[in-house]
Amino acid sequence: MTSLAITVIADDRPGIITRVASALSGHRMNLTDSSMTVLSGHLAMTLICTGETPIDEVRAAMREAAGDDLIIHVHPVTEGAAPTAPVDSYLLTVHGADRLGIVAGLTAVVAEAGGNITDLTTRLAGGLYVLAAEIDLPADADAEALRARIAATAEELGVDAELQPLERDEL
Amino acid sequence: MSPSSWLAESLPAPVRQQLADGRVRPVIRAPDPVLSAAGPELDPTDPDVVRLCADLVATMQVSPGCVGLAAPQIGVAGQAFCVDVTGHPKTRTGHGLIVLVNARVVGASRNVKAREGCMSVPDLTGDVKRAARLTVAGLLPGTAEPVEITTDEFEARALQHEIDHCAGYLFLDKVAGAHALHTRKVYLQAPDPGPGERPE
Repeated sequence: MTSLAITVIADDRPGIITRVASALSGHRMNLTDSSMTVLSGHLAMTLICTGETPIDEVRAAMREAAGDDLIIHVHPVTEGAAPTAPVDSYLLTVHGADRLGIVAGLTAVVAEAGGNITDLTTRLAGGLYVLAAEIDLPADADAEALRARIAATAEELGVDAELQPLERDEL
Repeated sequence: MSPSSWLAESLPAPVRQQLADGRVRPVIRAPDPVLSAAGPELDPTDPDVVRLCADLVATMQVSPGCVGLAAPQIGVAGQAFCVDVTGHPKTRTGHGLIVLVNARVVGASRNVKAREGCMSVPDLTGDVKRAARLTVAGLLPGTAEPVEITTDEFEARALQHEIDHCAGYLFLDKVAGAHALHTRKVYLQAPDPGPGERPE
């Protein structure tokens, strides 16, 4: 059994996902986790698929599916490791005037604290830049110190930033 | 002001007249810093504050789909806002026009997630969890009479959104997760269809 990560980039329009998914199912590759969105009019999709089909055959199928209007890459991946240490989840929200380095500056602070960003959305709307990032922070990390570092970096960047515990709805 | 308005029954005629006589002001958009500043408490009997409230009402009423407006959105850091969810399809309890100064939440329960927009962030919407049962305390403009409003659902959401504005927060600060930010797909156009016919 092999696991493959496949990325697809294209100018967005109806029918792209079915082209890719049909080619994969036609080669008996089972689609597992996937994420797709439209960024500034461009389709961006990443998916994981598993199966027994050799990677060269999958690559050939993807080349055919891509035609001359999709950009598709196929990479072998190993099974993701289960998390070992307990984490607390936080949501970082940032908004302010667009400028160079907002994501770089704030994510560096998160990384220095050992925080792992598990989901990230940014939007540029006119002159307004908005970021929302979900962060797993080791349970023994100092969240208050991270909050203070984020506040200081946000001030340097001239943006507003909030770090709050992420609500987990658990039945 | 509609005759059935909760506010109309609470205010003397001269103040009602002042509140109905505001001027339409430009709506400030993010990232203007006034939207991120915690507004100070205001004196509800100050004629400038009554004028500010009147301008909020006038600006809200000419803005398509607008169900609330807070002082920072017209460039004034201060705790004053208006809300009117009359005719909105998601409204359950509605008090008509509400105008409050120095309002705060005194009771909140039953969190519900729903999508919000904002005239100060016209190109984005966000999913925000807010209390669907709410009691708010504040002062009436002109008289400074303390009042409490208990409401629910859409009106409760609108009140919390405006109280957040007064504290320097946007809905962007309260979104429910990294996938809770959205590009707006529907823009409402002027002219305002008028009270009782407000679309979402």
